[in-house]
Amino acid sequence: MDKAKLAVWKFASCDGCQLSLLDCEDELLQLADTVDIAYFKEASSREAEGPYDLSLVEGSITTAADRDRIREVRRQSRNLITIGACATAGGIQALRNFADVEEFTAVVYAEPQYIATLGTSTPISAHVSVDFELQGCPINKRQLLEVISAFLHRRPPQIPSHSVCIECKLRGNVCVWVAHGTPCMGPVTHAGCGAICPTYNRGCYGCYGPKENPNTGSLSHWWQRELGAEEATVVENLRNFNAGAPAFERESRRWTDRQSREGGHDKE
Amino acid sequence: MTKSKKSKTIKVDYLARVEGEGALYIRYDDSGVQDVQLKIFEPPRFFEAFLRGRDYMEAPDITARICGICPVAYQMSALHAMEDALGLTPTPELRALRRLIYCGEWIESHVLHIYMLHAPDFLGYDSAVDMARDHPRVVQEGLQIKKTGNAIVNLLGGREVHPINVRVGGFYRIPTLEELHKLGEELLTARGLAEQMVRWAASLPFPKFERSDGDKYEFVALTHPGEYPMNEGRITSTCGLDISAREYDRHFREEHVPHTNALHSLLRERGPYMVGPMARYNLNAEHLSATAKKVAREVGFPTFCNNPFQSIVVRSIEVLHAFDEAIEIINQYRAPQAPYMPSTAQAGTGYAATEAPRGLLYHRYSLDEDGKITDAKIVPPTSQNQKTIEDDLRIMLPKYLHLPEDKLQAQCEQAIRNYDPCISCATHFLKIHLDRNGRDNP
Ligand code: SF4
Ligand code: SF4
Repeated sequence: MDKAKLAVWKFASCDGCQLSLLDCEDELLQLADTVDIAYFKEASSREAEGPYDLSLVEGSITTAADRDRIREVRRQSRNLITIGACATAGGIQALRNFADVEEFTAVVYAEPQYIATLGTSTPISAHVSVDFELQGCPINKRQLLEVISAFLHRRPPQIPSHSVCIECKLRGNVCVWVAHGTPCMGPVTHAGCGAICPTYNRGCYGCYGPKENPNTGSLSHWWQRELGAEEATVVENLRNFNAGAPAFERESRRWTDRQSREGGHDKE
Repeated sequence: MTKSKKSKTIKVDYLARVEGEGALYIRYDDSGVQDVQLKIFEPPRFFEAFLRGRDYMEAPDITARICGICPVAYQMSALHAMEDALGLTPTPELRALRRLIYCGEWIESHVLHIYMLHAPDFLGYDSAVDMARDHPRVVQEGLQIKKTGNAIVNLLGGREVHPINVRVGGFYRIPTLEELHKLGEELLTARGLAEQMVRWAASLPFPKFERSDGDKYEFVALTHPGEYPMNEGRITSTCGLDISAREYDRHFREEHVPHTNALHSLLRERGPYMVGPMARYNLNAEHLSATAKKVAREVGFPTFCNNPFQSIVVRSIEVLHAFDEAIEIINQYRAPQAPYMPSTAQAGTGYAATEAPRGLLYHRYSLDEDGKITDAKIVPPTSQNQKTIEDDLRIMLPKYLHLPEDKLQAQCEQAIRNYDPCISCATHFLKIHLDRNGRDNP
C-alpha cells in the first residue's frame, strides 16, 4: 500500500507550530518512514503533487492571495487539520480586528501601495471546512503526534477539551489563584500544555485559547472583584494569542463596551 | 525559470528550507547580472503597532510570537530593553541563568539550521529526511545534539517554543539544583557529538567565494570584554563602529524598498553590513571556549572567516562553545536570592540589543507612567542582512552563469541559506517611523 501523503502549509504565523514537528527529535525519522512528507516547505525542497491525505495548516488568513490559496489547499486535501492559535483563532495578528483598521493601517504603512493585506486576520475555518482543530500557541508536540496518528488510523484523536485547571490538579500543583491570589486564566483555558505556567509559579495567560463552554463572564468578574486585577488585565489576557476566538472575543468586547459606556473609568 | 531571447530570469516563487515565506527574483543577460531581489512576501503581522498600549510585562510573551525558532532572543532583547527603561540591573546569578537559556536556543536553532536546512545543500539532498537514508548516523546525532539544546530551553523556559518562564527582572521560577545537575549530565554526553559535528561540518565541500577589496563585508556584532557575546555588549564592527544600544538609531537606518515586505537596514555611513555567526566570530573569536578554539584550530579553520558558505562551520563552532558555556554555568551555579527583582512602572525609554542565533536583534520601547508601551521598534537580524544577501548573489552569479539553470538556481538558494534567513521575523518592521522631515526616526 502507498504511504499516506502528508503536507504542511503555512499562512500568517511565526512557524512555531510547524517547528513542533521538527522538534520531535525522537519520532521524526520514524514518522518519515510511516508517511510520505510530500510538501513541507520549511523542511524540504521536494514538492510532490497533491492530492494529500493529510494537510496540517499553520497560520491565519490575512491577505486576499492567501484566501485563495487556502481554498486550493482544501481542494487538494482529504483531511485538513489546523494547528495552533493562528490557524484556529486568527493568532496574535487578529488584534487588528479590534482596531480602527483605517487608522491602524495609516500608522503602520508608510507606503501602503507596496503592501497587500486584509484588515482582518481570520482562522482557517472562516474560509474552508476543517476536519480537526488543534489549539495552542504553540501546539503541544505530543498532541500533534497523537492527532497525526489518529487520522492515519482513522480514529478520533484523544485530545481532552477540559480546562488547564484539570491538568494542574493532575500534576498535583498548588493552585496559584487560591494559594497566592495570582490572576489565572486556567479555568477558561483549553488543556494541552500540561499546566506549565502554574507549575512555574505564574498564572495562565490563556495561550491555548478557550476550553469547551468557558464561563468567561464569571472569570473576569472574579478577577476584578476578588483579586482586584485591573480590568485592563482581564481584557489583555482575553486579547492576546486567541483574541479572535469567539468566547474570548465576546467577553473582551463586553468589557470594553462597558468601559466606554462608563466613560473609561471602571476601576474601583 | 523562464527564458526570453536575451535577458534571462531566475525565479524562485517560494524558497524552501528557510523560516517563513520568501521569494527570489534575478534578471541577468550575457553582460552580467541586472537585478537581484530577495522578496519577503510573508504577510505583515503588525507587532510594533499592536504593542502600543500593552503593559511592559507583556512584551516578552508577545514578542516571542514574532518567531517560533528564536523566541528566547525576542524575550531577552525585550526584557533587557524594559529593564533599561525601568533602571533595573539583574544580579550576576540571574544574568548567568539568562545566558544558560540563550545557550539552549543557540544550540537548538543552529543545529536545526545546520542539519535540516543547510547541510542537504552541500550533500545534494532535498531534506534532512532524505539525507538520513544515506547518512543515518550523521542525522541522528544531529537530532541528538538539538534535543539537548531543547532540554535547556525546556528546563529554564518551561517549553521549547515560546517559553513562559522569563520575566522582566528575572524568572518566575528558578530551577532546582537537582534539575540543573541532570541537565549538566545530558550536556556532557552530547558535547562529544558537538565536537564531531564541527569536524564533519569543516569537511563539507565549500564553493569558493570571495569578495574583492572594494566590496568587503562590514561585520557587525556585539563585543564584550570578557565573554563571547550573547546577552550584552557594545555594538561593534570591523570598520570601527563602537556604540551602545542606546545609540543604535543614530547609526542605522531602515529603507523601504518596493519589492519586499521587510525593510532593509543600513548603516547610515557605509550602507549594507552583515550580522550573525560570522560577524560574531570575526569580532570575538578570542573569547570562544578553549575546546571550541582547539577544535577550530585542529580542523584548520581560520580565525577570520570571509566565505559565507562556511558559516555552517562557524555555527557548529558556536554550538560547541554554547555547550562549554552552559556546562560552565551549571558548574559555577549559585542560586539567585530571589527568582526575580521586583519592578514598578515608570515612564521612560529603554534600548537593548542581544545576539539572536541569526545575529544582532535590536529593541526599543517607550513607556508611559503606567508602564504601558507607547512606541516600539524592533529590528531583527534578517532585515539587517537582506541587502548583503542580495549583494552576495550579485557578486557570486557571474561565475556560475554557464551552469544549467536548475544548478544555477540551487546555487542561489544555497547562498541565501548561508544566512539562515528568518523571514517570519523579517516582516515586523514594516512600520516606518516617519518624523516630520520624512526620515526614519528618531
Ligand atoms: S499559534 Fe503561536 S506558535 Fe503557532 S504559529 Fe501562531 S504564533 Fe506561532
Ligand atoms: S498560558 Fe496557560 S495554556 Fe499557555 S502554557 Fe501557560 S498555563 Fe498553559
